[in-house]
Amino acid sequence: MTPSEQLPPPDQTSTEPQPDSVKDPSIAAGHSRRVFLFKLALAVNGVVGFVLAIPIIGYLLGPALKKTAADNSWINLGPLSDFPEGETRLVNYRNPITTEWDGQTGDIPCWVRRVSGETFQVFAINCAHLGCPVRWFAQSKLFLCPCHGGAYYADGARASGPPERGLFEYTHKISSGALLISAGRMPTLANEAKNVTPLIQIETRIEGSPAARLSATDQPQPRCSSCQT
Amino acid sequence: MPDLKQRGLEVYNWFEARLGLGAPLIEVAEHEVPSNTASWWYVFGSAATVIFVLQIMTGILLALVYAPTASNAWNSLQFLDHNVRLGWFLRAMHGWGSDFMVAIVLIHMVQVFLFGAYKFPRELTWIIGVFLLLLTLGMAFTGQVLRFDQDAYWGLGIGASILSRVPLIGGPLVGLMLGGPIIAGNTLSRFFALHVFVIPGTLIAMVGMHVWMVLRLGINDYPMPGRLVKKSTYQQEYHELEKKTGIPFVPDAAWKDAAFAAAIMLAVIGCALWFGPFGPSGQPDPTIIQTAPKPDYFFLWLYAVLAYLPPSLETPVLFIMPVIGIAALILLPLLSGEGEKHVSRRPAAVLIVTVLAVSLGIFTHLGTYTPWSPIMNAWTSDPIPVSYLHNRTPLEREGALVLQNKQCRNCHSIGGEGGLRGPALDAVAGHMTEDQIIRQVLQGGGNMPAYGNALNPSETTALVKFLTTLRGNELQPAIDASRHVVSASANAPQPTDSQQTKETR
Ligand code: FES
Repeated sequence: MTPSEQLPPPDQTSTEPQPDSVKDPSIAAGHSRRVFLFKLALAVNGVVGFVLAIPIIGYLLGPALKKTAADNSWINLGPLSDFPEGETRLVNYRNPITTEWDGQTGDIPCWVRRVSGETFQVFAINCAHLGCPVRWFAQSKLFLCPCHGGAYYADGARASGPPERGLFEYTHKISSGALLISAGRMPTLANEAKNVTPLIQIETRIEGSPAARLSATDQPQPRCSSCQT
Repeated sequence: MPDLKQRGLEVYNWFEARLGLGAPLIEVAEHEVPSNTASWWYVFGSAATVIFVLQIMTGILLALVYAPTASNAWNSLQFLDHNVRLGWFLRAMHGWGSDFMVAIVLIHMVQVFLFGAYKFPRELTWIIGVFLLLLTLGMAFTGQVLRFDQDAYWGLGIGASILSRVPLIGGPLVGLMLGGPIIAGNTLSRFFALHVFVIPGTLIAMVGMHVWMVLRLGINDYPMPGRLVKKSTYQQEYHELEKKTGIPFVPDAAWKDAAFAAAIMLAVIGCALWFGPFGPSGQPDPTIIQTAPKPDYFFLWLYAVLAYLPPSLETPVLFIMPVIGIAALILLPLLSGEGEKHVSRRPAAVLIVTVLAVSLGIFTHLGTYTPWSPIMNAWTSDPIPVSYLHNRTPLEREGALVLQNKQCRNCHSIGGEGGLRGPALDAVAGHMTEDQIIRQVLQGGGNMPAYGNALNPSETTALVKFLTTLRGNELQPAIDASRHVVSASANAPQPTDSQQTKETR
């Protein structure tokens, strides 16, 4: 440090108020004017902030405010001949709304079940519990979820486990020999919550004498929700 | 040599004359703290800060290579692991650093709670600390998403599904979280922004406030049984304690912090070298559905809770419990800001911590082996023990085939192999009669789907015949004890109504 430097000594804080006995009285006179101008400037900033907030909030909430219908469009899953009757198959499609940098995440799988003829059911891959990918087991005619063990029957109805409803289904139609589904948005309870049927807890309540109860249990009647096929 | 020292001092003075930060910092470092606070119990806060700095540094280094787009993120992690020199080590340090940070923040919180340090005048320090915990967990979750592998993809699906259950605004919230109609590029970009800008920025600001208040209000004095906190006298008592027993924080108390920080850093380095980086697991390709997504370690308990909640309770519990929990944490210092600090006189505090720790531990443990998940390939990979096929009729052996083919093993274990979703079948005939087995198979019940549709009559017969041979160590077969009672009482007078309802129950 050269001795000519004039700096505050290091241990003295510069925020200490200086005695202002020598202040020019005209400076104090302008104080109220400056307070007013400061408040005015603040008000202008408030207006600017408000004007700026509108596009910013609009930008942020954009993806939240879109309607499901705006995202969905008809997607061709292939000719009917791809789907043998009585079978349930995994089909992939490219989501209608994607970008180049979405990569593989834009490819969405779904389960197509051809019940018979032109009767189809198209299920979302996402478990109705928390969205994990359900897998079809043709031998036991069940969809099983790997996450928490949710199970669904062949028609998508809830069989057991934590899901509180059946599988999500895509709306579908058949046009010029091809199967089309309406998709575009990840199915969740918020956009697919149709009337939830009460939980199917299979409990047999048999009235009558003990003998009647016993004979009723002797002849098991299948009481599942998917017994129409 | 003295010349060099002289020059160094001059350079320091040149900066100090302009910056003026050295003197106040030294003053802060050397401020007096009550000697009883120089305890090994008081090292967790500083350790958490040190790991946070480590996370910032390793995070910046990873960001030099990481490509935050859905199509490339996974590839860039592979590139980091295999093509960038020591890239795997940095990933491992960042991953293990995050686990250690969550753990140490939790330990710090428990220590502060048990030492009553949240009481007057440090209420706000605690409240900011609660937010620091939430932000740390937020970093852990968003970081796991940036790994953008299969687990991250389906983890986002779970997050979106949870949000979708929020009443009324569930749909918009999902859109806000995903940034589009599906989990895709925009989703990753917004989690990148959260993980790299928003949450760390907030964290730095709040850590600053937290530390500032610790300095301003003094470190919590070591609790003594019977020394009560009173708002009217506490400050004075603390200052007296400081005067009587004060020692400079640096170095008399801080050497323990420094030593512990070094030990923790060594532990992180050790884990990183020994275990390596986390994942990435499979590619984030939703069409590959052969996966069993699982969250990272610190969210396993939540994963387990979600599996065990009865469906009807799930939505309320998901949204009401966190609100109650966070509100309780925030209100704690405001409601009990005075009184006893020492843990030996606060049995309720000990009980709460114990119950929470044990249940978190149990759920996390369950989460590591997910007994509720079916094992999707057990039916083709786990054979039936040969001893269970010995001396069986052809029909019974046919039944063993049915058991295997119909994926029963995915949920039921035999000979210790198979799923744990349903009960093990080794001794099923010891506690269920043939009739009961038939009924259970065809109609389901409890947590079992009905198989009436998936089995034809001959398969059912074979399966049930095989199951009736499974009696563990040759236990007696289960018999229906009511049968002969019923047939004996068939001619007897009908029971009264009240008796009947009792029996039905
Ligand atoms: S996500 Fe399928 S059971 Fe939980």
